[in-house]
Amino acid sequence: MNSISPRLREPDPAASRHTLSVLVENKPGVLVRAAGLFSRRGFNIDSLAVGPTEHEEISRMTIVVNCADRPLEQVTKQLNKLINVLKIVELEPAVSVQRELLLVKVRADAESRSKVLETVALFRAKVVDVAQDAVTVEATGNRDKLDALIRVLEPFGIKELVQSGMVALGRGGKSITDRALRPLDRAAGAPAQ
Amino acid sequence: MTDQTTTTPGSQAAAAGPVRQAHGPSPRDLAARTAAREPAPGQRPDRPAAADAESAEPAQVTGAQALVAALERLGVDVVFGIPGGAILPAYDPLFDSRSVRHILVRHEQGAGHAATGYAQATGRPGVCMATSGPGATNLVTPLADAYMDSVPVVAITGQVASGLIGTDGFQEADIAGITLPITKHNFLVTNADDIARTVAEAFHVASTGRPGPVLVDIAKDALQSKTTFRWPVPFDLPGYHPVIRPHSRQVREAARMMTTAKRPVLYVGGGVIKAGASRELRALAELTGMPVVTTLMGRGSFPSSHPQNVGMPGMHGTVAAVGALQKSDLLVALGARFDDRVTGKLDSFAPGAAVIHADIDPAEISKNRRADVPIVGDCREVITELLAAVQAEHEAGQRADLTAWWSQLDAWRRTYPLGYSEPDDGSLAPQYVIERIGQLVGPDAVYVAGVGQHQMWAAQFISHEHPGHWLNSGGLGTMGYAVPAAMGAKVGSPAAAVWAIDGDGCFQMTNQELATCAVEGIPIKVAVINNGNLGMVRQWQTLFYNERYSHTDLDKASAAATVPPDPAAAPGARTRLGTRIPDFVKLAEAYGCVGLRCEDAASVDSVIEEAMKIDDRPVVIDFVVHRDAMVWPMVPAGTSNDDLIVARNMAPDWDVTE
Repeated sequence: MNSISPRLREPDPAASRHTLSVLVENKPGVLVRAAGLFSRRGFNIDSLAVGPTEHEEISRMTIVVNCADRPLEQVTKQLNKLINVLKIVELEPAVSVQRELLLVKVRADAESRSKVLETVALFRAKVVDVAQDAVTVEATGNRDKLDALIRVLEPFGIKELVQSGMVALGRGGKSITDRALRPLDRAAGAPAQ
Repeated sequence: MTDQTTTTPGSQAAAAGPVRQAHGPSPRDLAARTAAREPAPGQRPDRPAAADAESAEPAQVTGAQALVAALERLGVDVVFGIPGGAILPAYDPLFDSRSVRHILVRHEQGAGHAATGYAQATGRPGVCMATSGPGATNLVTPLADAYMDSVPVVAITGQVASGLIGTDGFQEADIAGITLPITKHNFLVTNADDIARTVAEAFHVASTGRPGPVLVDIAKDALQSKTTFRWPVPFDLPGYHPVIRPHSRQVREAARMMTTAKRPVLYVGGGVIKAGASRELRALAELTGMPVVTTLMGRGSFPSSHPQNVGMPGMHGTVAAVGALQKSDLLVALGARFDDRVTGKLDSFAPGAAVIHADIDPAEISKNRRADVPIVGDCREVITELLAAVQAEHEAGQRADLTAWWSQLDAWRRTYPLGYSEPDDGSLAPQYVIERIGQLVGPDAVYVAGVGQHQMWAAQFISHEHPGHWLNSGGLGTMGYAVPAAMGAKVGSPAAAVWAIDGDGCFQMTNQELATCAVEGIPIKVAVINNGNLGMVRQWQTLFYNERYSHTDLDKASAAATVPPDPAAAPGARTRLGTRIPDFVKLAEAYGCVGLRCEDAASVDSVIEEAMKIDDRPVVIDFVVHRDAMVWPMVPAGTSNDDLIVARNMAPDWDVTE
């Protein structure tokens, strides 16, 4: 079962997980620039989610990396060097809301269905599809909650599982996108030198 | 190999129109055009370039005309390139440009290195141009090279028409994807309206902050369609804000440490040359009295002849420079990046030193060695502020006493000066050749090295007195860099003598550009240090692979003819020198250059002087040298700088005193 749920593997004791919110220009190729940078500099991405923001011209990546502090500093600096990256903020778990979405198809025949549904209710997850021998469950939450749900559902038999990368927002009233689109106060025209 | 990029490529390209036959100027015509270039009135008045429409009001032009007009407005005077199908629309208006000289190279790699050499010699961005597919992929090596050495290069490539992108079209390659990790940034342009702005952005990104190569890939239909040319054009780079001014508190802290340290060192890299901060550096060195080490890329930022310059650090650094770093209590790194070739085994590098690290690229700081005082900023700004801050410390009575430190440094310098031994069979020592070139040609020339032993000797034995006069491939270590880079340097600095110091291995990788030099009137000098071997690799085989010379001999055939049948019987008896395949003198002549040969020490000076007199053609000198010469000192790869070897089986005594 670990093969479809690799995040249940033992964590690396030297490293810790960090959540980076990366505001990028909404342009083609930006995702591959960021992802390529991680692979060629030897940094591991735990999860990556990209989507639009309240500004049409800005996309937001939420990247979860598992590394020590020094490499994290390098990751951040290297990401900042990408021309299309506007801003990077590390979101500490204590002062941010962090969520993932999980869809899991669990074996549930007449005999076990009620137990499955009971578990789903306990986790405040919901059933979004039902078949003769299985139910599909949708759950959101932080990583620990989803890990726990998977662990409890595993004995019933997990047929299929998919989960999103983590998305996160800082708590409180402030926005990190406010000053991200500072215009460059120079223009071309002068000779290059 | 270049056929596919430069000739009409079969039926598919027929749709793209006739290739290269459109105007069909012969190389001679091009040379004539070049000669008569400067003010060329009445040149093809029937074909007005977009550039002629001065920016009074926006002009309706093609994307290609917008491209050429933008290059003109950006002050580009030279483009190195080769046309082909997808870039062809750009070559049409380029033919008419009065201010942009196009130099037709023989291979796109030559265009890329030439742009790099131009940029390193002048400080202005170098420009190269190629067509899609193989033309663009041939630029990969020079772009990677320019990326590693932070050289401002703008590469403009044609791409297949936008509708064809992603279909594996003829001569299609995803060059933006391919060059993603080896460019500072790159662009794919599929709309004519974006061309001028993107080119302007490319030059801005390439030449500001930490410089680097930028590629602009333009779809053929974008070059062909109509657009409005406006200039100046505002940038759209909301995420690009290089930090130039250093943080003043960090500078004050640095100055405090510099005036209290006992064994401080200025560890100076190529960033000081890029920032144009040599004068400021000299003032800082003289104000503080600190020793200076200049890295391979930093040679020339501080005069080699200055008494405070203790040499080049690193794998082939002087004992004094390596010792200065290892025994230091304060490294002041200016525009240097703690490369593994400088630090050796990182965890034993300069173990007792605190580190002040100033660089324009924040990602370099604490990348390899943790900095105690990080300073992000342009080296000229940083050094200028350091000067004032150190002055303030001095006025407050705080001044470092470096007497003991200098007596240690001087003891190292006196005991272990750079040197070499003459071969005992009377053959030519390569170090002697390079040393004499440096002495006879002088420090005002531009020296361009390839990669290997000759590069290290040129770094060591030539006196590098001025910034921008020592060009080489430091980070990537690109064999084949020297000839095209020298060509670019000579085009950028036509008044300077430009000497390529090349190995026979390197020379055979890119010497086709001698044809370009001959045809375009670019009289460079090429000193081929011909030992008939891939010398640096051979040196490692000598030292670390039990003298098993696996595939480093470039002239096996004549080696077989001169070696006794049983090599084990008399391995030392092999005295064959250099390679005669090809015969570099004949090769030079075939390329329209002057070819000279020198095989003994007695004629070295006269051959160099003969070459110096020739100014109407490129000159190639085949210096046939001993093949067993080695580069010393040496820190074996992966070991500590403390394990530096001065000469074979000889370690320095670090505790030597005067």
